[in-house]
Amino acid sequence: MKKKSIAIFAAALAVGLLILWLLQMLLMPKYMTDVREGALIAEYYEEAGNHDVVFIGDCEVYENFSPITLWEEYGITSYIRGSAQQLIWQSYYLMEETFQYETPEVMVFNVLSMKYDTPKSTGSSSQREAYNRMTLDGMRWSGSKVHSILDSMTQEEKEKEGMWLYLFPLLRYHDRWSELTAEDFQYWLKKDTVSHNGYLMQVGVKPVEAEHMERPLVDYEFAANCYEYLDRMVELCQKHGTQLVLIKAPSLSPVWWDQWDEQMAAYAEEHDLLYINFLDYQEEIGIDWNTDTYDTGLHLNVYGAEKLSSYFGKILVEECGIADCRSDPELSNIWAEKVAAYDAQKEELEAACAAAE
Amino acid sequence: MQFTSLSFALFAAVLLVVYYLVPGTWQWPLLLIASYLFYFTAGKEYLFFILFTTVTTYAAGYLMDRRLKQRDEYLAAHKTELSREEKKEYKAKIKSANRVWMAVCLVLNFAILAVCKACLIDPFRTAAQEGTISFLTLGLPLGISFYMFQSMGYVVDVYRETAKAERNPLKLALFVSFFPQLIQGPISKFNQLAPTLYAPHKYDGKQVSFGLQRMLWGYFKKIVVADRIAVAIGTLKGEEYTGAAFLVLTVFYAIQIYGDFTGGIDVTIGLAEALGVRLTENFIRPYFSKNIAEYWRRWHISLGVWMKDYIFYPISVSEPMRKLSKAARKKSPNFGKRLPVYVASVATWLVTGIWHGFSPNFAVWGLLNCFVIVVSEELAPLYEKFHNRFHLKEKKWYGAFEMLRMFMLMNLIRACDLFPNVGDYFRRLGSLLTTFNFHILWDGTLMNVGLSGVDYAIIFGGVIIWFAVSLLQEKAPIRERLWQKPVLVRYCLIFALLLIVLLMGSYGIGYDASNFIYNQF
Repeated sequence: MKKKSIAIFAAALAVGLLILWLLQMLLMPKYMTDVREGALIAEYYEEAGNHDVVFIGDCEVYENFSPITLWEEYGITSYIRGSAQQLIWQSYYLMEETFQYETPEVMVFNVLSMKYDTPKSTGSSSQREAYNRMTLDGMRWSGSKVHSILDSMTQEEKEKEGMWLYLFPLLRYHDRWSELTAEDFQYWLKKDTVSHNGYLMQVGVKPVEAEHMERPLVDYEFAANCYEYLDRMVELCQKHGTQLVLIKAPSLSPVWWDQWDEQMAAYAEEHDLLYINFLDYQEEIGIDWNTDTYDTGLHLNVYGAEKLSSYFGKILVEECGIADCRSDPELSNIWAEKVAAYDAQKEELEAACAAAE
Repeated sequence: MQFTSLSFALFAAVLLVVYYLVPGTWQWPLLLIASYLFYFTAGKEYLFFILFTTVTTYAAGYLMDRRLKQRDEYLAAHKTELSREEKKEYKAKIKSANRVWMAVCLVLNFAILAVCKACLIDPFRTAAQEGTISFLTLGLPLGISFYMFQSMGYVVDVYRETAKAERNPLKLALFVSFFPQLIQGPISKFNQLAPTLYAPHKYDGKQVSFGLQRMLWGYFKKIVVADRIAVAIGTLKGEEYTGAAFLVLTVFYAIQIYGDFTGGIDVTIGLAEALGVRLTENFIRPYFSKNIAEYWRRWHISLGVWMKDYIFYPISVSEPMRKLSKAARKKSPNFGKRLPVYVASVATWLVTGIWHGFSPNFAVWGLLNCFVIVVSEELAPLYEKFHNRFHLKEKKWYGAFEMLRMFMLMNLIRACDLFPNVGDYFRRLGSLLTTFNFHILWDGTLMNVGLSGVDYAIIFGGVIIWFAVSLLQEKAPIRERLWQKPVLVRYCLIFALLLIVLLMGSYGIGYDASNFIYNQF
């Protein structure tokens, strides 16, 4: 009788946990049709492996660089570990985690996040929490994820024992039941891939209409904790024999002040790093702000991203010594599929765009 | 660590497992460690206060007990030598000496309580904020009103010899700090709590299951309903909400405080039950009461009992009161006879009010309760005549009417809690007679007080479930009835309740965490 009771209890517990897990999967945001950048971080694990180059950073990497172009033109295999409003400590822990899966020859870090020294500096608490979720929910559990969560939590998350909410996302998204859409059911247990090796394609065109102006700052000095994480990135890459390249993507907004550029250039020189501010090479790259941006210069569209990638690929080959892998038949087959998927989506989005016009 | 936090759930789960793994004699020391760990995480800066109360309570109990033992030994040794009067005189002498210890302990502790409560109001709050009076503290030490009343009750009981003093200081420390009841009661009597608190307990699946079910039910009341409606109460307190809106506020507040306080007590009693410790019930479906006096016998019972035993009774039978009553009887026999009851009632309700908060609105709240109860009692013979004349007591609808009347009346009195400025409260109360705006019930005003349609649906559904469960509970204990059901039905019902709490609870990001209302007392 006792054994029977224990067996019934165990079975009920198993069924209960399964139901809770299914509910959690249902209630978590899917990021498939809206806010697709939320799905990027989780997509990496399917592709983790031998990449020559891994990009780390915010929207200025996942919307401005096309790994497909790098492959097609230079035979460089690459992946972008980007997420919206990615803070520098999140970048560091993503980099640390990436080294658990692979050791690329070059690690590229976009330095815009040097300007954000605290979670709250990137917007309201609810905005920040939403960005945190997009970066952190997709990560697999590891020490890197735990540290990234601890360093990223907003004040409200800390007060509400946020770590539990990351451990059991059902507790975070428990009230989404009243907002569920068809998308939630469609992608309940299986999601589509939204990116091309971390690149989120945009084909729209919205030209720059006026110069992006921002109020000058009182203090241009980057915060000590940002430098601390940058130092840790340098050490991490040195430890793994990977070359760290610092870049500033050619986005016109937020403004990248000269004083910031000087600090980064000095840091790169001091640490013997390659630092490229692509804003200085817009002409060489061939960016046309009338056709190559989908949001008035904040980010590049696919045409701009392809130009930028083409330009950067040359640097990677010439200055970083990345070899052409196109002669590898296995890689060629894999990338041929990726190129086909890329071209198909580009065509599809262009058709949709044309129809909308 | 709040009762509604996940840390608390984990803390309780780990404790339960360890509790039933260790030998029975280690269980109460484990509870003591857990209690202090809980208190430490909840507010380490206030440890001094609970330690002070524990030490002074133990010392007073020990010293009184030692004297009582000496007295018993002396009387036993001189049984034949002493006359009856001499024995009586000796006993009185010992009692008088013990009274000093009791008084010292009560004065010291209540002085601390008064200072702590005073720090919440100006000018003391300002002084505490500015640090101009060094010993003033900001914020009320967690659970101080509860553990202090419980401890002082113990001291009085030892003095009265209705409880035996606890000789083990650690056991007494556990009585004072037992964490499930530490922050919002119930206020237990030593004689009732001690037998199960210190006794070893073997694992009893049914008992643990019952305890956890009750905790879950408490979380349902608190997180799903009370915390959800809280936002509307904050809005409806605004000065533009008068007349019918004030009436809505009183009903919403009745729902919130019921869910909040009885929910918290369900968690408390449920956890204690799972640990094998029996706590006194604090509520018996109070909204089914037919008058205010009955309501107070069914709401926050342990506080009512405490007030009756340690305030009302001592005042009403005290020597000065007897003299006053005697003098009054000469002029009006009936009034003179009842005078001690009136005076003791006023004092008791005043203290009850002040216990809730050191501000005028709570004093007024206490006096309003007192006024309604005393008037009701005075008019009781008239009511009875009226009831008998129309045979109303036999009619079910009249019983329902009485409950509704009590509910509305109590709501109006209780709303005084919400307005620290008594003038504001009476203005709102007066607006019921001057502002006829019942259209706000259907013109969409109530959709702009912070609650959505989904919120209203959840609150309404929750209240219906409370009501149905209370009705069932009137007939027989609901958990016993559930226990008789097939195991699959039982598991499904419990799991359904768990899902409701998880999915419809007001917790997490985007919700204002509401601490239990009674934590602040």
